Amino acid sequence: MTMTHSETKSDRISGTRLGYRFNIIGMVGLSVILFWALIAILAPLIVPYPVGEIVDLDYFGPMSRDFWLGSDYLGRDMLSRILMGARYTVGLSLAAVTIACFSGVMLGMIAAVAGGWLDTVLSRFLDALNSIPSKLFGLVVVAAVGSSIPVLILTLSVIYIPGAYRFARALAVNINAMDFITVARIRGESTLYLIRSEILPNIVGPVLADLGIRFVFIVLLLSGLSFLGLGVQPPYADWGALVRENIGGLPFGAPAVMAPSFAIASLTISVNLLIDNLPKKIRDRSE
Amino acid sequence: MNNRVLSLVLSRLLIALITLVIVSFAVFFATTLLPGDTASILLGQAATPEAVEGLRKAMHLDDPAILRFLRWIVGLLQGDLGTSYANEMPVADLIGGRFINTLQLAGVTALFSVPIALTLGITAAMLRGSLYDRIVTVLTIGVISVPEFMIATSAVLIFAVYLKWLPALSFANDVTSLTDLLRIYAMPVITLTFVISAQMIRMTRAAVIETLNTHYVEMALLKGASRPRMVFRHALPNALGPIVNAVALSLSYLLGGVIIVETIFNYPGIAKLMVDAVSTRDLPLIQSCAMIFCLGYLLLITTADIIAILSNPRLR
Amino acid sequence: MVNLVEIRDLKVEATTDSGRRVDIINGVSFDIAEGEIVALIGESGSGKTTIALTLMGHARPGCRISGGSVSVAGKDMLTLSEKQRARVRGTEFAYVPQSAAAAFNPAATIMDQVIEVTRIHGIMSPDEARARAVDLFRALSLPEPETIGSRYPHQVSGGQLQRLSAAMALIGDPKLVIFDEPTTALDVTTQIEVLRAFKSVMKKGGIAGVYVSHDLAVVAQIADRIVVLKGGEAKEIGTTEEILNGAKHPYTRELLAAFEPKPRGAADAAESGPAPLLEIENLIAGYGQAQADGLPLVRAVEHVSLKVEKGRNLGIIGESGCGKSTLARTIAGILPAAVGKIVFDGKELGRSARERSRDELREMQIVFQYADTALNPAKSVEDILARPLTFYHGMNAKARNARVDELLDMVRLPHNLRHRRPGELSGGQKQRVNFARALAADPKLILCDEITSALDTVVAAAIIDLLKELQRELGLSYIFISHDLSVVEAICDEIVVMYGGKKVEEITPAKVKTPEHPYSQLLFSSVPRLDPTWLDGLEQDPELVRAYCRR
Repeated sequence: MTMTHSETKSDRISGTRLGYRFNIIGMVGLSVILFWALIAILAPLIVPYPVGEIVDLDYFGPMSRDFWLGSDYLGRDMLSRILMGARYTVGLSLAAVTIACFSGVMLGMIAAVAGGWLDTVLSRFLDALNSIPSKLFGLVVVAAVGSSIPVLILTLSVIYIPGAYRFARALAVNINAMDFITVARIRGESTLYLIRSEILPNIVGPVLADLGIRFVFIVLLLSGLSFLGLGVQPPYADWGALVRENIGGLPFGAPAVMAPSFAIASLTISVNLLIDNLPKKIRDRSE
Repeated sequence: MNNRVLSLVLSRLLIALITLVIVSFAVFFATTLLPGDTASILLGQAATPEAVEGLRKAMHLDDPAILRFLRWIVGLLQGDLGTSYANEMPVADLIGGRFINTLQLAGVTALFSVPIALTLGITAAMLRGSLYDRIVTVLTIGVISVPEFMIATSAVLIFAVYLKWLPALSFANDVTSLTDLLRIYAMPVITLTFVISAQMIRMTRAAVIETLNTHYVEMALLKGASRPRMVFRHALPNALGPIVNAVALSLSYLLGGVIIVETIFNYPGIAKLMVDAVSTRDLPLIQSCAMIFCLGYLLLITTADIIAILSNPRLR
Repeated sequence: MVNLVEIRDLKVEATTDSGRRVDIINGVSFDIAEGEIVALIGESGSGKTTIALTLMGHARPGCRISGGSVSVAGKDMLTLSEKQRARVRGTEFAYVPQSAAAAFNPAATIMDQVIEVTRIHGIMSPDEARARAVDLFRALSLPEPETIGSRYPHQVSGGQLQRLSAAMALIGDPKLVIFDEPTTALDVTTQIEVLRAFKSVMKKGGIAGVYVSHDLAVVAQIADRIVVLKGGEAKEIGTTEEILNGAKHPYTRELLAAFEPKPRGAADAAESGPAPLLEIENLIAGYGQAQADGLPLVRAVEHVSLKVEKGRNLGIIGESGCGKSTLARTIAGILPAAVGKIVFDGKELGRSARERSRDELREMQIVFQYADTALNPAKSVEDILARPLTFYHGMNAKARNARVDELLDMVRLPHNLRHRRPGELSGGQKQRVNFARALAADPKLILCDEITSALDTVVAAAIIDLLKELQRELGLSYIFISHDLSVVEAICDEIVVMYGGKKVEEITPAKVKTPEHPYSQLLFSSVPRLDPTWLDGLEQDPELVRAYCRR
């Protein structure tokens, strides 16, 4: 008992530094994520060559000292294009996942607390939306309205709202069945208070982990759409579009084809590693 | 089968039906209500306003949306999928043969991936925590985390570019022998098998581990049961529902997979048809393809749910 | 006498979340003679189940037997190979689990699982095994012994499943059976039946047993010797007689003291006020769709009327499913009554909490059984206690701060606990916070729904003492709902007995020895006493048992 006591004391003083355990794999994941986030912000400052400029005489050039990742189908520097592509892949996905999770989680908590017909209608409708395969949804929307960046963000988030909703609703329904919610209800508390103060703090951890997983899905879907030529449109290019542009180099094994794929994989795998190895609160009961 | 199970299954089917209506609604409106006047797109920029007006009338484009939706649904139910804008052919004819091609691709993939995935998933669960389990887990996370086109391009690089065993692209109209057939299917099937199996292994492993953690499996251990007996007599019969459910759910990932795979390998299936239709904005074709995909997806997840209901021993 | 089991200096360690190793069993030694039943008794977390499982050479995932020896019939279980261990499991020793419902495979018939041991070890032919199983079913007084085996586990009741799991253990003719809290999940009237069945089968076969339990009175009926455990150490070992009558260790004495009847101090002259504090008339409540007559589909409470005077306490007692908790929820307005009147402090209350004013809600508080789910795990004790102060009394930060300290004092908790979260408190501390939150509202009546049931005996006794003290200080009234007669007796002035949603009798603690209604007679006589001869001497009318027991 005395031990737990001293631990919580120090918790309050030094925030989360003490009493948490973070393993090496999780740290590697986090560093890669932070690396790409930094690249996305700083890209224009660090690209070795202007993105649109043809700098190599050869197209599909190999890796060399001048062109670390070779050159693309027009002879542009691949490294610069990938660094700039990070902006689109990371930025678009981040925007979409934020919208999707925010709306999904809000709706989910409201449905769980309100119950009744609102819950039924909302769940039925979003479940139906969920049973349109995601790539197909993307295709149909792009066919109808074309693919500008705002449309892409909105489409990606609409596709993933039902999943976020389902996840948050399931958690919130569990919490809602707890006695402390009943206690608050018969104290006379409002629905808003229940959602904000009683439910949200209890689901925020899993919701953040879910946000990470959904981020991975969105990155993959966005890359897939761009690969099909339906995502980010030239002259801009995200990592999926870079693969598409350079697919002609595949028979020669040009680095331009695989490098953007590796960039995507490094990001998505890192997020997965981080989520599987999140810092754990140490709950040592010495009794 | 008792009444309780029957009513659960029926209500699941009803939900699937309602979902289908909502989905067809969504597909129709997404493709028709959004900007762009179909008649002027069809006739091109040189068309006279009179010609556009005439076509609008002929296509009933001025009717209220709900009426057009109903007309479309009734047509679908009667097997009339409409006429392609791009080449004036009936959509049904365009889809027909290509649909079979896609089914073949999916079927062959399922034939490979289901046994492989179940074996790996169940054995990994049995040997949980071992090196084998960890390797399987890391590989599946890896495959799930990367886009399908990366697996496809890697397969091409390895098997066609470096090893030179297989051709990089498929041409289904040029088949003369069994080896040709094998070579044509090999690359798409390898790619899809990877994508599907990873999902299936993960879900199967989780389902088996969950049943292995139950008290009745511990009880079997305390009765002196051997490891295989614990797994095959006690864990697997109870994990069967979740496993079949996992298989059905994973197969639904095929739908997303074929879109990429058919495009990259130039495979003449329905997904490739749809991607092409998107680039020409051929709405009737897109609508029909989308409905086929949604129907397939719905069929799979509904089957998964019904199997989960039927396999629950407590409902027997 | 030859010892069947010799445990010497047993040590088991567990790996915590942070990968640190802690000893959860710290050098325990004891013996079991042939045919002897030894009880392991202790509170939750004392290591009693862990020790019992080591007898079979088993440690749950996350635990490891790290030292000592466990020799059973001359074999050291800890040095045997996995194969050799499997060979003796089920044949030389068998295990009866705490929750039979979880220990039966839902996908196989009961018979297949009962005779599985004979199949694994090739002891006898399946037909012989089935015949023997039916004999055991009969010996354990199970209904329809011929056919019960063809059912699936979810088709029989909890009490039956518990006895079936004993049959599953006995089929291989073991020398030693380990019972892991086998009656804890059962109602008292069912428990008697199961205990009797166990006892007679064990004595007849001369089988040695380990009986794991937290309930001293239950253990007294069946055990020859008792090992008292606390914190992974054996505090005292002795014959049942020695432990009950001459306990030496202070902890054992504490356990025994918790059983002492503590009658409620002479009911302080009831304020003979003009009106009772709470009066309920003809309440009907339940679940499911309302029927044509306006009543719910499943009626959990039927035509219940009762009265609570100011400053006095009402106990409501009954077995699981009798509607006592539903009654509490109906009074609190959580589950609106379908029919009936609730008059509180002279005013008629709305049936649903939503229809009640903030002050009406404030004056009647409810405290739930499980403090784990009744306290928001994401909030600190301070925040939990401060919310009703803001909500009902509109206190500012300074006033709240002072009042939180007062509340912690009232429930005898140190002030520095206020920054902790519920997850960092012990079970008893959590229940005190739970109670302090109700006090924060300044209520006139507190509904206590099984608030001591999830606690260890000693801790529960302390909570009851606290409740009594607070009543004296604050002039509160309680409605005390419990399945445990001794708890209700200790604190209540009136006791209502419920069965099948109805109130069957109202009685004062003084008359508990002589109830009038047959169900009350059955219920009260079924409560185990600390007397080893109680079970054997107990005579219950079989007609009565059949009428009221859902076995």
